[in-house]
Amino acid sequence: MIVYILKRLAIAIPTLLTLIIASFVLMHVAPGGPFTAERAVPPEVLANLNAKYGLDQPLWRQIATYLWNVVAHFDFGPSFTYKDRSVNDIIAQGFPVTLTYGFLSFITAVLVGVSLGVTAAIKRNSWLDYLAVGISIGAQVLPNFVMAPILVLIFTLSLHWLPGGGWSFDDPRFWIMPVIALSTSYMASIARITRSSMLETLSSNHIRTARAKGLPKRKIILRHALKPALLPVISYLGPAFVSMITGSVIVDVYFTTGGIGKSFVDSALNRDYAVMMGITILLGTLTILFNLVVDIIYGWIDPKIRY
Amino acid sequence: MKSIAAISALALMLGSAVPVLAQSSHVPEGTKLAANQTFTYWMQDDLKTLDPDLNTSKDGNDVLHQLFEGLYDQDAEGNLVPALATSFDVSDDKMTYTFHLREGAKWSNGDPVTAQDFVYAWQRLADPKTASDYAWYMELMQVQNAHAVIAGEKPVTDLGVKALDDMTLQVQLETPIPYFRQMLVNSSTFPVPQKVVEKFGSDWTKPENMVSNGAYNLKSWKIGESIELVKSDSYWDAANTTLTDLKFVPITDLNQALTRYEAGELDFVQTPAGQYPRLKDEYPDQAFAPPRSCSYSYIFNVGDSGPEALKDVRVRKALSYAIDRDIIVDKILKGGQKPAYSWTHWATAGFTMPETDYSKMTQAERMAKAKELLKEAGYGPDHPLKLRLMYNTSSDHKKLAIAVQQFWKPLGVEVTLENYEWKVYLEKQQQHDFDISRYGWCADYNEPSTYLDVLTSWSDQDVGEWKDPAYDALLKDSKTAADPQADYTKAEQILAEQMPLAPVYHYSLPMLLNSHIKGYPFENVELNWYAKNMYRTAN
Repeated sequence: MIVYILKRLAIAIPTLLTLIIASFVLMHVAPGGPFTAERAVPPEVLANLNAKYGLDQPLWRQIATYLWNVVAHFDFGPSFTYKDRSVNDIIAQGFPVTLTYGFLSFITAVLVGVSLGVTAAIKRNSWLDYLAVGISIGAQVLPNFVMAPILVLIFTLSLHWLPGGGWSFDDPRFWIMPVIALSTSYMASIARITRSSMLETLSSNHIRTARAKGLPKRKIILRHALKPALLPVISYLGPAFVSMITGSVIVDVYFTTGGIGKSFVDSALNRDYAVMMGITILLGTLTILFNLVVDIIYGWIDPKIRY
Repeated sequence: MKSIAAISALALMLGSAVPVLAQSSHVPEGTKLAANQTFTYWMQDDLKTLDPDLNTSKDGNDVLHQLFEGLYDQDAEGNLVPALATSFDVSDDKMTYTFHLREGAKWSNGDPVTAQDFVYAWQRLADPKTASDYAWYMELMQVQNAHAVIAGEKPVTDLGVKALDDMTLQVQLETPIPYFRQMLVNSSTFPVPQKVVEKFGSDWTKPENMVSNGAYNLKSWKIGESIELVKSDSYWDAANTTLTDLKFVPITDLNQALTRYEAGELDFVQTPAGQYPRLKDEYPDQAFAPPRSCSYSYIFNVGDSGPEALKDVRVRKALSYAIDRDIIVDKILKGGQKPAYSWTHWATAGFTMPETDYSKMTQAERMAKAKELLKEAGYGPDHPLKLRLMYNTSSDHKKLAIAVQQFWKPLGVEVTLENYEWKVYLEKQQQHDFDISRYGWCADYNEPSTYLDVLTSWSDQDVGEWKDPAYDALLKDSKTAADPQADYTKAEQILAEQMPLAPVYHYSLPMLLNSHIKGYPFENVELNWYAKNMYRTAN
């Protein structure tokens, strides 16, 4: 097991390196640069800007310097757009926000999604099943950029219950709409995967044996069916977890939360190479890490899997 | 003794029951002020910096006007008002300005604001090491040696600005531009606290480090969420400052900002395109559309990389004449914008609209003239002119581009619309890789040269590569002329004859402002507002 984990971590290093170099090159290939402005700056000013941010160096050297700073000092450099902030500052400000609403969304999506899926599978073809499937399909087709304004219309403009945007770590009223908007479609996917996988498990041999033994239905579902039925759900949850905690640009933009989802998209539009790289690395690392976590959980849930 | 104590206790109780706010000189007598003096302001985009020497945006300028104070402010009509410069002397050749600074002005850490703070800030703006995108503002201001300093050819100490003593600032110009003092309202010219900047480096604008000299101090700054300011007690005119808490919220989407306004979370918002008439009906006491000094145009690429047809002035004129500006303004934008027949915004201080032929025609006459001109140039239904029209991705720009495409159709002009993401659009524009491009410009100061200089041959903004010696001569003369307005009017006439760009409309700022917020400067065409002059009335 330990050897397996170490092996996976070792593979992660070249993966990340490839990710960094590929993004670096792609970004520099994109037309326009960080200092392309509506008011063309005089050439001497542009030269000063390029010198300050090291853009006057050849590309290989920029990559090398960048890697060295990241590895040796954990320094992602200054933002090219936010002149008085470093990439570390931007991530330190935005990531806790994203992490908070992302994690809450994850919990919500899993709890609601799994419950809906299991209920639908057990009560197959009953009105409960149709309701659960209806809800999950509805939630799936309703994109969050449609959902967010509807939520604001209901909870802010009509009912005056929740603030229409902004963020506070002390006031949960600010969290509710971002969590609903972000979790809904994940919840729907989880519900659908759970339902079909549960149905498959319920018709498998070991469940038939359990039934034949006369075990109570409750015990069959919780002890024998749920665990194997969750396998496909878990493989979905790894990447879903990462994409939730790294935020959603829609949520950040619509609710002005100040999370990193918006910073990520803005950095691409602004050609803010440094912020773009910083968040890409963060995302990449988290994805690799949680895929590993998922694989470890696999081994724990499914006795057939051995490392 | 006992009774005195009782009376003072009663006075205290009364005092707390009826808040007696010291009335500022900006608030008319008898006004009932709100208990919470807050103002929440919408911004289109996040601020990229709070450093006056690095800022490039209008929103940034708005925030910096509250945090800092420069030599001059503007009043509600846009006239100069002394801020830190209580008086000034100018030499006979109009090249040397000596400013006498206000006694008693302090930084928020208690240090006095001195002439040296200005010298440091201006040198820092021009310094190649600072690498400010707005370093060229020093060149625009004609400060002596600005160009050489920015290019690194001369040390920053050679910049034409010095402190004669703590309270006297002297500026040496290269050209006696008549609008020099107007330019000092821009936050790029504000002082910065040398000790703090040197101590914290680029971290000096973080709330825990920041020291400023304006009516407000920085409380918090969360990217993508909000910027909060609180009233500064160390400001020299704090007694006349009524609003206590300011909040700036960045919301890109105007419809979403409108929702937040309707929910009472914002006091100010720009209305989405086309929605102003409806909102004016719904909120008659809150909807306004003051002029805003920006112009919208379609610029023609007349350079080598541009199409042959656009080098012909008849074609350019025909295309400009055929644009029905009234439809664009009245049917599409609907927010108080004005049809443009001049590049300079109509409300610019002292600007007299030139007598140009096409501005006085009816649209039918313009259309007939356009067909005639295009026919003369050899184009028409049997020999169609094919052109590309470029704009940056935005639903509003798209609406206008589609309208223009339709206006040009009867001329036999086939237009392909090309939209690009912002940075790509800018790069194509600067590399002259287009036929016709949407082109906007906003005033840096309230004077026609801010528009007209853009089209001179020495400008860095030669998007369309149009050059005209007579035009250059006029703009050169305007820098030293006793009355530059005559030059500006003539320059606009050349633009109408040569049509390097087709002016489309002059901006307004269609907006909603909470009816309890008073003192917003609607008459100031640059819309520079100062929260210290504003207040919030009670319900």
